[in-house]
Amino acid sequence: LLLTFCVVAIAHAELCKPDAQNAFKVRISIKTALGDNAYAWDASEEYLFKAMVAFAMRRYSSKSTTQISNVLLCNVTDRVSFWFVVTDSSKNVTTVPGSEVEAAIRMNRNRINSAFLLSDKTLQFLKITSTLSPPVEPSTPAWLIVFGVVLCLIVAGIVFLVVSGIQNRKKKNKDSAERENLEEKVEVTVTVENGIPCEALDLKAGHINGVFAADDERFTSL
Amino acid sequence: KAMEKSRPLWDNPLQFVFACISYAVGLGNVWRFPYLCQMYGGGGFLIPYLIMLIAEGMPLLYLELAVGQRMRQGSIGAWKIISPYLCGVGVASVVVSFFLSMYYNVINAWAFWYLFHSFQDPLPWATCPLNSNHTGYEEECEKTSSTQYFWYRQTLNISPSLETSGSVQWEQALCLTLAWLVVYLCILRGTASTGKVVYITASLPYCVLIIYLIRGLTLHGAVNGLIYMFTPKLEQLSNPKTWISAATQIFFSLGLGFGSLIAFASYNESSNNCERHAIIVSLINSTTSIFASIVTFSIYGFKATFNYESCINKVILLLLNAFDLEEGSLTADNLNEMKEYLMATYPQEYAQLAPQIKNCSLEAELDTAVQGTGLAFIVYSEAIKNMEVPQLYSVLYFFMLLMLGIGSMLGNTAAILTPLTDSRVIAARFPKEVISGVVCFINCVIGLIFTMEAGNYWFDIFNDYAATLSLLLIVLVETIAVCYIYGIRRFEKDLYTMIGRKPNWYWKIMWAFVSPLLIISLFIFYITDYILTGTLQYQAWDATQGQLVTKDYPGYALAVIGLLVAASTMCIPLGALVTFIRKRLKREKVSTV
Repeated sequence: LLLTFCVVAIAHAELCKPDAQNAFKVRISIKTALGDNAYAWDASEEYLFKAMVAFAMRRYSSKSTTQISNVLLCNVTDRVSFWFVVTDSSKNVTTVPGSEVEAAIRMNRNRINSAFLLSDKTLQFLKITSTLSPPVEPSTPAWLIVFGVVLCLIVAGIVFLVVSGIQNRKKKNKDSAERENLEEKVEVTVTVENGIPCEALDLKAGHINGVFAADDERFTSL
Repeated sequence: KAMEKSRPLWDNPLQFVFACISYAVGLGNVWRFPYLCQMYGGGGFLIPYLIMLIAEGMPLLYLELAVGQRMRQGSIGAWKIISPYLCGVGVASVVVSFFLSMYYNVINAWAFWYLFHSFQDPLPWATCPLNSNHTGYEEECEKTSSTQYFWYRQTLNISPSLETSGSVQWEQALCLTLAWLVVYLCILRGTASTGKVVYITASLPYCVLIIYLIRGLTLHGAVNGLIYMFTPKLEQLSNPKTWISAATQIFFSLGLGFGSLIAFASYNESSNNCERHAIIVSLINSTTSIFASIVTFSIYGFKATFNYESCINKVILLLLNAFDLEEGSLTADNLNEMKEYLMATYPQEYAQLAPQIKNCSLEAELDTAVQGTGLAFIVYSEAIKNMEVPQLYSVLYFFMLLMLGIGSMLGNTAAILTPLTDSRVIAARFPKEVISGVVCFINCVIGLIFTMEAGNYWFDIFNDYAATLSLLLIVLVETIAVCYIYGIRRFEKDLYTMIGRKPNWYWKIMWAFVSPLLIISLFIFYITDYILTGTLQYQAWDATQGQLVTKDYPGYALAVIGLLVAASTMCIPLGALVTFIRKRLKREKVSTV
């Protein structure tokens, strides 16, 4: 029993080491993500990690053969960072190809992140690129809506001012035309009512009234 | 019957003061003065600035207001009255104002663009957009910052050089059209509408500046910026460029020589006390510059501190990851000791990392002095995206820029429209609304050039060369004309009839000797500077590197620059020549008859 245990341990050490084939480095930044609510990284957390990776492999290949014991962790540092590798349960000494592991992790990234209360940035799989979520884009860009509103207000203002200006001018023209007609009528009535015809003022016998002479000047200066 | 049309007037003197403030306090106060303050000695720059204000700013402002108020005509009519040979000065003013209004409204279009984009969460310039297969960010955005990417790529869509013009950007064209519609709405009814609008455009920027002052001073790291700015570096006072920059800033900040001040003053009552108003307006203008630079420097301090702390955090993360140290073992305080320790214990790995470890320096971040559109649209938006509730501050800030810009545009268009509405030839046939509409339409169509991909380069050409030399010449001719051709005694008498008080010896000495000498020396300096620099260069955006590079102007761009300067300066001698020829012809006609 001791011998098999030793063999297995040595085999595991061969499979999981930094930069081994099909091995991935994981970097976790708990304090950055959670601040005061940070939990300590201990053996239980490692167990959870192994469980999540096994879960991911099961979901991806949909054969329920991957066990928690198939996931090997090594070189855990203070950072917290470590390497892991997934062994094939059918053939004990080989590892599952890296592409399969990568695809499995990618498919279930969200679930793995939320199990640890972390995000893509704080739970990093160093060789696996994450798909960034595109920003939410509404069908009409927001700026066009605001632009449309402001444009309508300004155009309404311009139309209002122009139209009221035209109306004011029409009213002013009508008023001044009416006033002109009124003045003409008044002039006509003055000359009719005024029994003395203007020629009478030129008679030498009469005195030329300075006021009327001044009036004459005003009319002729036009 | 000749119906005498009375000249439209401001409703009250307050409208006139607000109009002048709204015109003079513009974008230059916000984006040029803080830069000059930083470059030329911080707090010490205030000394040459205030001296130039007293020697040059106040006298010239008083002169222009008095001329406008006395002659009660726009710039062309006013100078014709002073001497028929000087009608060219008025025409030159109108030409320069025309050039200015062509390109200035593009800034309002940009302000509108940013304002409309502030209504989203998160702000579009806060993060880089993703690349096509969603694995990372856009390459160009990675090389530079998200705010610079938003400005150069998504706003301007700038081309790599002046030669590649590209096509008109429809989004910018829409914003430009809107900007011109807003200006048209404000000038539609002449002083009746302008007088009401200036209440808002003059006072709103101050409200926003106060809000920003309170917000800025409470930001983390703002004090660093303020200390950096206000520490006087008095040795800069011995640098002649300091004095020249102070004189130039006062000169252009007040907007002298465009004819706008003459136009505004022509709508005054004859008895308006323009001496008091000139002092008030110039003092308010300078105080606003200083106030705006306090706000700008607290924002600078915040941005620099933020970038410095980000830089330190990046270095810490790099070291933690490389050496697998425990989180929290490296902090900003022990970073230097830990670096030494790591260098000693793992020399090889450290040497490999060394090129990536940047030396973060707060001084270096504060030293990045920026002016112009870079300051207004890049630096400020970068600071805003890191504040809480960034949408609110963004909307306030760009609305303030808009008010400042539109206030100045009102003055520019007044300078063009007042001579047009004064001239009986045009005003008799077309109503005011049509003339304003035609001017706005022509400017809008020409302004579409600045919305092309290379438009920003043409904008820089107009910004740097359209108004600088011509204005100096115009104001010089103005001062000499009033003092020596019209006669300072006659001018004194006019002022006495208007205000009831003769100008005292300070004004007379400034008008007759000091200001003309200052302008002549500025003029000589600029000409020699242009001659000595040889070829003119410009900054082009290189998308592959993600930064600005210097390039030479092509031949036709230099021709355009020459044309811009010549078009306005040549008006002055041409005007005198045309008047001379006309008088000669008239005399000949009279003598032959």
